[in-house]
Amino acid sequence: MAVLHIVKHSPDASQALRRCLARVGPSDSVLLIEDAVYAPASDAALRCAGKIYALLPDMAARGLTRNPLQGDVEYVDYAGFVQLVVNHDKVISWN
Amino acid sequence: MELIVDGKRIATRDKGFLADPADWNEAVALVIAERERLALDAAHWEIIHFMRAYYRDYHHLPNNRQFTKAVQKTLGPDKGNSRYLYGLFPGGPLRQVCKIGGLPRPPSCIT
Amino acid sequence: MAEGMNGKRFLFVLRRFPIGGPQALEALDAALTAAAFDQPVRLLFLDDGVWQLKRGQPAASGRSPMALLGSLALYDIAAPPWVERESLEERGLTPQELTIEVTVLARDRVAALLDDCDVLLNL
Repeated sequence: MAVLHIVKHSPDASQALRRCLARVGPSDSVLLIEDAVYAPASDAALRCAGKIYALLPDMAARGLTRNPLQGDVEYVDYAGFVQLVVNHDKVISWN
Repeated sequence: MELIVDGKRIATRDKGFLADPADWNEAVALVIAERERLALDAAHWEIIHFMRAYYRDYHHLPNNRQFTKAVQKTLGPDKGNSRYLYGLFPGGPLRQVCKIGGLPRPPSCIT
Repeated sequence: MAEGMNGKRFLFVLRRFPIGGPQALEALDAALTAAAFDQPVRLLFLDDGVWQLKRGQPAASGRSPMALLGSLALYDIAAPPWVERESLEERGLTPQELTIEVTVLARDRVAALLDDCDVLLNL
């Protein structure tokens, strides 16, 4: 039993990321998509009890690359996105 | 479109729903019911008064499923079911009850 | 239908300001619809959603979900809604200022509540 939390807004545009991270459990995961991928590309604070993933195609579309300073972030392609959804029994989107 | 009740003109809009809920009284209800080809008896009034109380308390227009559930919880399962409610209001219970009860048209009622 | 009976267990996470848009009212309406389909429904108020519970909102407008919150028992939503303590504190609210009875929950317990359902909706 675990929850996949999806965030799609950048930390500047919305509080969604911060509010999501505060409610993540140890067996949960967070997937950053769309403008939320600006967070791992920057020095935004990305700490939570679970794992954090960023969607590579959305990073590539914005000219972003893996940020060595965000060592806790893992990266997934679309197949990885699907695998995350499969591996968690619930999905919640934070707007 | 307007209704004439006891010589008074009462405006309607929105497919026969009252323009001003404050115009409602039981005489108005009888005239609207007649247009809906319904002769109201005590069983009809019970549902109409239930719905008016619901709207007064919760400021909410339910959808069909919520309406049936709320009737069931308040008046019992013998009345909170589609067969009973359609028996009383064959033109659609929620729509007809709100219209005759002087309430706004529920958003879920498309006709 | 009471909790523990058949059906999918829904958790509605309510995070919207009460007025300024239809979202808060529509989210509660969705929860009541699920309950009207005899599904066990729980409510969790987080973030700005806790403002929906504040006592003293003018009820007559019909725009705030406040009046409709009185209907939870009518729809067999038996358990008091959960409210996150930190969401209240960050906004200077206390449980005594709320319009209905709630269960106050610490932030570090929210993840477990989110996981304890079959259908999770963040509205």
